[in-house]
Amino acid sequence: MAVPVAFFAVFFAYPVAAIVRRGLKVGGTWQWGRIADVLMDSGIRHVLWFTTWQALASTALTLLVALPGAYVFARLDFPGKQVLRVVVTVPFVLPTVVVGTAFLALVGRGGLLDDLWGVRLDTTVWAILLAHVFFNYAVVVRTVGGLWAQLDPRQEEAARMLGASRLAAWRKVTLPALSPAVAAAALMVFLFTFTSFGVVQILGGPTFSTLEVEIYRQTSQIFDLSTAAVLTIIQFATVGAILVVHAWTVRRGESALRLVDAARTARRPRGVGQWALLGAVLVTVALLLVLPPAVLVARSLDAPGFAYYKALTHADGGTFLVAPIQAIGNSLRYAVAATSIAVLIGSLAAAALARRGAGRLVRGFDALLMLPLGVSAVTVGFGFLITLDKPPLDLRGSWILVPLAQALVGVPFVVRTMLPVLRAVDERLREAAAVLGASPWRVWREVDLPIVRRALLIAAGFAFAVSLGEFGATVFIARPDNPTLPVAVARLIGRPGDLNYGQAMALSTILMVVCAVALLVLERLRTERTGEL
Amino acid sequence: MLRLDGASVRFAGHAALDGVDLDVAEHEIVCVLGPSGGGKSTLLRAVAGLQPLDSGRVFLDDRDLNGVPAHRRGVGLMFQDHQLFPQRDVGGNVAFGLRMRSASRDEQAVRVRELLDLVGLPGAERRAVASLSGGEQQRVALARALAPRPRLLMLDEPLGQLDRSLRERLVVELREVFRRLGTTVLAVTHDQGEAFALADRVVVMRDGRIAQSGSPLEVWQRPANEFVARFLGFDNVVETTVTGQFADTPWGKLPVPAGSPQGPGTLLVRPTGVRLVDASEGLRCTVAARTFRGTHVAVRLQPQEAAGLEAACALREAPESGDEVGVVFDAAEIVVLGSVSRP
Repeated sequence: MAVPVAFFAVFFAYPVAAIVRRGLKVGGTWQWGRIADVLMDSGIRHVLWFTTWQALASTALTLLVALPGAYVFARLDFPGKQVLRVVVTVPFVLPTVVVGTAFLALVGRGGLLDDLWGVRLDTTVWAILLAHVFFNYAVVVRTVGGLWAQLDPRQEEAARMLGASRLAAWRKVTLPALSPAVAAAALMVFLFTFTSFGVVQILGGPTFSTLEVEIYRQTSQIFDLSTAAVLTIIQFATVGAILVVHAWTVRRGESALRLVDAARTARRPRGVGQWALLGAVLVTVALLLVLPPAVLVARSLDAPGFAYYKALTHADGGTFLVAPIQAIGNSLRYAVAATSIAVLIGSLAAAALARRGAGRLVRGFDALLMLPLGVSAVTVGFGFLITLDKPPLDLRGSWILVPLAQALVGVPFVVRTMLPVLRAVDERLREAAAVLGASPWRVWREVDLPIVRRALLIAAGFAFAVSLGEFGATVFIARPDNPTLPVAVARLIGRPGDLNYGQAMALSTILMVVCAVALLVLERLRTERTGEL
Repeated sequence: MLRLDGASVRFAGHAALDGVDLDVAEHEIVCVLGPSGGGKSTLLRAVAGLQPLDSGRVFLDDRDLNGVPAHRRGVGLMFQDHQLFPQRDVGGNVAFGLRMRSASRDEQAVRVRELLDLVGLPGAERRAVASLSGGEQQRVALARALAPRPRLLMLDEPLGQLDRSLRERLVVELREVFRRLGTTVLAVTHDQGEAFALADRVVVMRDGRIAQSGSPLEVWQRPANEFVARFLGFDNVVETTVTGQFADTPWGKLPVPAGSPQGPGTLLVRPTGVRLVDASEGLRCTVAARTFRGTHVAVRLQPQEAAGLEAACALREAPESGDEVGVVFDAAEIVVLGSVSRP
């Protein structure tokens, strides 16, 4: 327990606190009045307003599009379902930068829609909303669909026998049982879209800016640290509130539902209605989830003879000091290190949380672990720069800085995946081993490890994909001569010219393939009882 | 060999173990008997080191076990539902304790074979735990607990999960195995049949305290108090005052054995000591119900102005429901109990 707490204290709480302090403490006194000042600023209020309503709109749109998908995955059985499940999940682990470029390739200037019908959406909010749906489709399908598949269909049948119509039975029996899962999924989507950075940075242009983008702008371009600090606090408070509500919803959702084996509830589609629904879901998945990455790949191959890919191997001196292709090596190295750190810290935390009789304090830590998902990554990154630069922790010149920041985002995924599995290990199995002479360490190795090995691998895979795609913090601390893939893509996008654009597409494609492969490996490992994400 | 000295464990103000003193001698099989929630499992967990004592001490071979963690106590515990390791095969489960003691591979293999032979599962090493029946799981759990040669073997409801006929067979097997190996055993169970069949000595527990300790025969013949008597299934228990050879009860003046404690007390009449005679003689009762029990018929009798009585009758002599009968009592089947210690 001590190790994860220390890790979060040093690499999370301290940098964030230091940034806030630097921004708001002038000449030894706290300038709390700054909060009011910033909130009165019409530009900032516009950002706050936009952040909130785009998050609400994204959440609503995602639920609207994904709930039929959740039903189809839960209740219908059709050929290729497993493949489709993977296809739907891939976007969730894709780096935000990749999603941004993919949608740019689809709806942006010179994008597919522009070519075909002259339609451009990259100057409108629709591009952002669609990208958010793309991202979070899997969150809804997995969370809601997962529970839906385990609800006993006979409950609904019982209601029908008592005289309820099909719709009434659904509304009165299934919907109430599902609502905690829907609420939990909606809150997660809201959390992810509220703190959205990479997507908005690329698709938003100068018009649209979320809190996170504004924090980045204030910090790195305007150097107005006090405004950035206020915005960080606002985001922190909002995320904290969302997490509290989320934890409450999840706990309420654990109420006594009669769950059955998911494999037995799915049936072949029957009747026009179900076939039409299945068709509609398939078309949605194809248009919304498959088309953008496909266009991305196509665009990256637009130049003859893999020219964009070949260009990646040259250092042109302008955008980079090194050939962009080197970013792949950097990214993989960093991601491996970050994954190791995240798995170590995350499993220690999960083990401590899973211990029976863990008190209120420890359960509070459970929710706290989710905070890095929502706290401004930009702040964390910048906080690293200003706090970890003096002894005893002088890491400024060290390569470990990047993996440390990325691990911070990976830990929540590790904990979320490991915790349910660890909690499911019967305490008496451990006691049986102890009575047979196993020391506490041997007990962990002989009893816990064999059971959680699979979950551990899945957690590692998630942490790997997340680290690979981490952008907000990395963009600050990755040194110019050692960019990661997302950072390199963002820089290429920011430059004019077809070659830079093409290279960005090519690099995004590579990043996407790496993430997709990581996920495919995961899906082979996934078991019934792993994780909530 | 095992000695508990005022062992107490409290859970949220309620005493699961309340100053328990208990001695178990070398090679002795002691069975703790009591209703669920009486603190039996807590007793085992305290000896195993899985449950810290709030006060009191546990000695094993005169060594104070206070502060010794579970894995260094050298005692074995067979769990109620076995808790076999699902990811290991039968051999892996049995060898687990040996591996923890760094036994060599050959040594492990030899010992595993030996034990699987002992429990009647020869050659089962490579079988998956999930493929075992309830009885087989129980045997594997026994082999696993015995493998490291524990100084003391503890069994928590060893046969609780099994069906009746299997239970009766296994309890005989268990006793035979322990006799042969000279194992010192401390078992807990709520089933008196199991306890009487298995134990050299039975300890009856109630609310974290020991209510009675003695050989199965002693406990059966002379329950220490009303609680023990009722727990053993005796219902003919009444308040009484004993004067000389007779006791005053709501059922009339009953003969008691010579040497019974005098004065106010509690009295038990075993169902076999209730003799049915012609309605014109003895205590007049109506037959309220009859229950067929295989070897005899339990007859529920209702006297006119007293609590009901249970009698055991031979199959052929049992009266019909509603019959009027007379009752006389047999002094040999009457016990004057000690007073119940009520808190």
